Amino acid sequence: MFGLAPLSTVVWLPIFAGIVVLLTGSDRNAAMARWVALIGAIAGFVVALPLWTEFDRTVPGMQFEEFRPWIETFNINYHFGIDGISLLLILLNCFTTVLVVIAGWTVIRERVSQYMAAFLILSGMMNGVFSSLDAALFYVFFEATLIPMFIIIGVWGGPNRVYAALKFFLYTFLGSLLTLVALIYLYNASGGSFSLLDYYAMPIPLAAQILVFLAFFAAFAVKVPMWPVHTWLPDAHVEAPTGGSVVLAAIMLKLGAYGFIRLSLPIVPDASQYLAPLVIALSLIAVVYIGLVALVQADMKKLIAYSSISHMGFVTLGIFIFNPHGLQGAVVQMVSHGFVSGALFLCVGVLYDRMHSRMIADYGGVVNRMPVFATFFMLFAMANAGLPGTSGFVGEFLVIMGTMSVNFWYTLAAATTLIFGAAYTLWMYKRVVFGEVTNDKVSALSDVNGREILILGLLALTVLAIGIYPKPLTDVLGVSITGLLEHVAVSKL
Amino acid sequence: MNMMNVYLIAALAPLAGAVVAGLFGRRIGRAGSHWVTIIGVAVSMIASAVVFRDVMQGNLFNGTVYTWAAIAGIQLEIGFLIDQLSATMMLVVTSVSLMVHIYTIGYMADDPGYQRFFSYISLFTFAMMMLVMSNNFLQLFFGWEAVGLVSYLLIGFWYTRPTAIYANLKAFLVNRVGDFGFILGIALVFVYFGSLDYSEVFELAPGKAGDLVGSAIGVQWPLLTAICICLFVGAMGKSAQFPLHVWLPDSMEGPTPISALIHAATMVTAGIFMVARMSPLYEHSETALSLVLVVGAITALFMGLLGIVQTDIKRVVAYSTLSQLGYMTVALGASAYSVAIFHLMTHAFFKALLFLAAGSVIIGMHHDQDMRNMGGLRRRMPITWLVSLIGSLALIGFPFFAGFYSKESIIEAVQLSRTPGAGLAWIALTAGVFITALYSFRMYFMVFEGKPRYEAHEGTGAAHGDDAHGHHGPLNPHESPGVVWWPLVALAIPSVVIGAIAIEPLLFGGFFGDSIRVFAERDVVGTIGEHFHGWLAMGLHGFATLPFWLAMAGVALAWFLYLKRPDLPARIKQAALPLYTLLDQKYYMDRFNDWFFAGGARSLGRGLWRFGDMNIIDGVLVNGSARLVGWFAGIARKFQSGFVYHYAFTMIIGVFVLLTWWFLRI
Repeated sequence: MFGLAPLSTVVWLPIFAGIVVLLTGSDRNAAMARWVALIGAIAGFVVALPLWTEFDRTVPGMQFEEFRPWIETFNINYHFGIDGISLLLILLNCFTTVLVVIAGWTVIRERVSQYMAAFLILSGMMNGVFSSLDAALFYVFFEATLIPMFIIIGVWGGPNRVYAALKFFLYTFLGSLLTLVALIYLYNASGGSFSLLDYYAMPIPLAAQILVFLAFFAAFAVKVPMWPVHTWLPDAHVEAPTGGSVVLAAIMLKLGAYGFIRLSLPIVPDASQYLAPLVIALSLIAVVYIGLVALVQADMKKLIAYSSISHMGFVTLGIFIFNPHGLQGAVVQMVSHGFVSGALFLCVGVLYDRMHSRMIADYGGVVNRMPVFATFFMLFAMANAGLPGTSGFVGEFLVIMGTMSVNFWYTLAAATTLIFGAAYTLWMYKRVVFGEVTNDKVSALSDVNGREILILGLLALTVLAIGIYPKPLTDVLGVSITGLLEHVAVSKL
Repeated sequence: MNMMNVYLIAALAPLAGAVVAGLFGRRIGRAGSHWVTIIGVAVSMIASAVVFRDVMQGNLFNGTVYTWAAIAGIQLEIGFLIDQLSATMMLVVTSVSLMVHIYTIGYMADDPGYQRFFSYISLFTFAMMMLVMSNNFLQLFFGWEAVGLVSYLLIGFWYTRPTAIYANLKAFLVNRVGDFGFILGIALVFVYFGSLDYSEVFELAPGKAGDLVGSAIGVQWPLLTAICICLFVGAMGKSAQFPLHVWLPDSMEGPTPISALIHAATMVTAGIFMVARMSPLYEHSETALSLVLVVGAITALFMGLLGIVQTDIKRVVAYSTLSQLGYMTVALGASAYSVAIFHLMTHAFFKALLFLAAGSVIIGMHHDQDMRNMGGLRRRMPITWLVSLIGSLALIGFPFFAGFYSKESIIEAVQLSRTPGAGLAWIALTAGVFITALYSFRMYFMVFEGKPRYEAHEGTGAAHGDDAHGHHGPLNPHESPGVVWWPLVALAIPSVVIGAIAIEPLLFGGFFGDSIRVFAERDVVGTIGEHFHGWLAMGLHGFATLPFWLAMAGVALAWFLYLKRPDLPARIKQAALPLYTLLDQKYYMDRFNDWFFAGGARSLGRGLWRFGDMNIIDGVLVNGSARLVGWFAGIARKFQSGFVYHYAFTMIIGVFVLLTWWFLRI
């Protein structure tokens, strides 16, 4: 596009747009800030589209590679490149950014330019994570994403935002410090390289592999988040503004799972397989334990946050069973969860904007006043429960199929999500949406407006399209995933 | 015309109707909505008839519509398998659905959710068609869950009623318990057969008959038994077999037309259809067949018993449906798959008829469903009376009526079967005949015969919240409008004749061809066929069988108790109060499920959350670390007091320690 390298454009255009938005200054120019942000977000999405059309689905390895020396003293390079997995996550990220800009259009009235800019910059940074092939570059982007999200929660968040923002920051930051240690070890062991591709090819003894794996694990497990390091997420979600929750659930959690796929599996394959039972056990605990915990939440956002953890358990499970269906399922689940949990947080946002409450008990009978909203909410609730025909089913189905080839009992535990997922989602739906109008505030509700219909409609179409015809997704992933699995199957000892 | 297009039209026409009525219902209005959906279903029915004719001429089809996903060499596809079994199901589904669509115009005439209702039932028809037309497990699961979704939406159609939204959640979750087993079965097929395509799996099945599936605790299961049992758990949910039957009676909270369509004629028979479809797998596992047989027998007998104490007209029919589904399941367990499908078909017609007739009575009673307030409706609603009588006779298996042929065949098949449990099942089914006659004619006598009781009791319709007729003054039941009774008549005809017409070709004419496979040593239907001398002879012989006299005894008892001596039931109730309470409480299963599963899950969730998340992880680990850091920092801060003599003193101590250590080292 315009003769620029496509990946650099995808990474830097949103960041640049974010800076322009910042330049619009105070809230007197809020309208301009919104429009500039929208244009920036849409442009960010448009420049990502050629990646989809021009991606070669038949060759393994990295595509659209860019390479420039950056800090030559330490042999750190500006090295980008993507495979099918990164591609889907980049598209998901760019799409979500457009939605959150529209979603914050009228809701955010204070520091509009900063709010919009934070999301655009965050979006560019996350594209950076998904594109980096240099470990140092990866780490910089990975850590840098914390800053805008910290600000989003801390500035536009709810009453307890400072506690939540700090918890979020410290939790994830402490986890990733160990990753830095591991990267420095790899730098020395490889004789002075930060290139991920060098790390892929490098033999490492098992003891070292295990340590490196655990160091990575500290960062990525917190990010996913996996049980038992998940408790930052419900707090962060509850306090974050709607847009923050959407991006957090839709994209940021995927950074952890992406880290497993991009770093842990190919760099330390033997340790990954050696410790897989541990990760699988934690994943299954997430599915069952967190499913039960989600059931009893009284706060809608907390409920969806716990549901996210449970669904991400499926992702880590799919990754660590090392077969094509599981891994495909894991990535499709990441994408689907991005749309579905994003949509659910937007739905809660729609209600919150009108009632200023997230508590289930404050609602009841919403359908009587908001039938259109209820229809959308039903669709996303069903997608969250993994109903076939929605995107939520595809990943779960593939992971269950993949898990069965490993172990019957794993599958049994994982499949309980069919029951728990439906139970917590539909029970919440019942209490919020169905029934007689319970109070005057519900009675005064107005149905979704055009802007909200646009956002929810786009998401609904995507969720259905993926559910009915996921082949375009699985085709993009196919070669990348078989390539990765072949690589992992070869011992590096 | 290319047959593929006909298949597509058959499946997609109802979807088109549903989408139009759902998205543009407000714009095209009520009439527009019912026309577009009725035309969609009618087109689908005609297409199904064309397909059926085509299949009769021997043109089978098994092919892909599109590839859903292709991963590591395994194609997951959406496709159709059109054979005798699916063609029969298509015809049954679309014809009952069409009748229900027409009937709905009358039944839902005053409902504000009119368009939404039509959209849902058309969507249901689409989902059901996808289910029966599927040629693979993936699409089967799609249809399976999609009919569950529509069932959920329709049970909760009147979403302001607490009972309705309780019932629909319960229905969905209980079905999900079944689906949990179902998906494990599918996953086993996927892993051990490397395909989800029916024909490929069935082809490989004989070679896998001896395979074992390992598990972590060292137990080895025969593969096909494991698969069949897992799949049957799904069928237990969908076809409401004990102990997953609990959702079906509550599903009566939905409007009556869907009780007829979904919860009697079609969706609940999906499990029966599925097991029949999987006959090439089930035949390899006697264990699974035996389980099917026993579960069916329990359901047939014990659910019938519950029908005797119900006072809500729809619930009587609902328990009757449970019991009849049990009969079908028993037939499956006895390897008489074709008989199960035969009973499925006759039952679809006469049970849809009974439900819709009950609906007509409910309209007449201004939405009062309590049979204790009815009585003597025969003269007020002659058409409804006549079709109800026909439906009841078909249900109890009176000779020459449709239900007679199918039920009689099931009982004979079980008698001949050597599958373990068949003896007990035979006793249960034969006793069930008596029970069926008792509750059916109890209902019939309470509603249509005797003295009217509604005069003393003005309609309690308002309590139901949907009494849109706005009646005033004393209740004056009268026959329902033509749009309601015409479908009743249309369903009454097959309820009489379909058994006599279909029994010979369906069971003994090799109709199902290769779509149903039975091992020779289990071929009870073939044995029955040796003694079969045509429908007339079978009907005449029917007057001399044990089941007939049991049924007559049931009718007679019902007559005696509810017409001759209506004071007796109350006295019997008093005399056998514990038994009555047990039945009235539905064997306490709802209470148990609410307490143990629903309550248990909530307590466990709350415990894990409070104790695990808040106390241990957050309280001790996270905030504990924070406190630890804080405590440490608090101590460290004391050293930085800002007083020079503190620093000087610390420095002296330090020097002293260092010197000591240095000297000691040497």
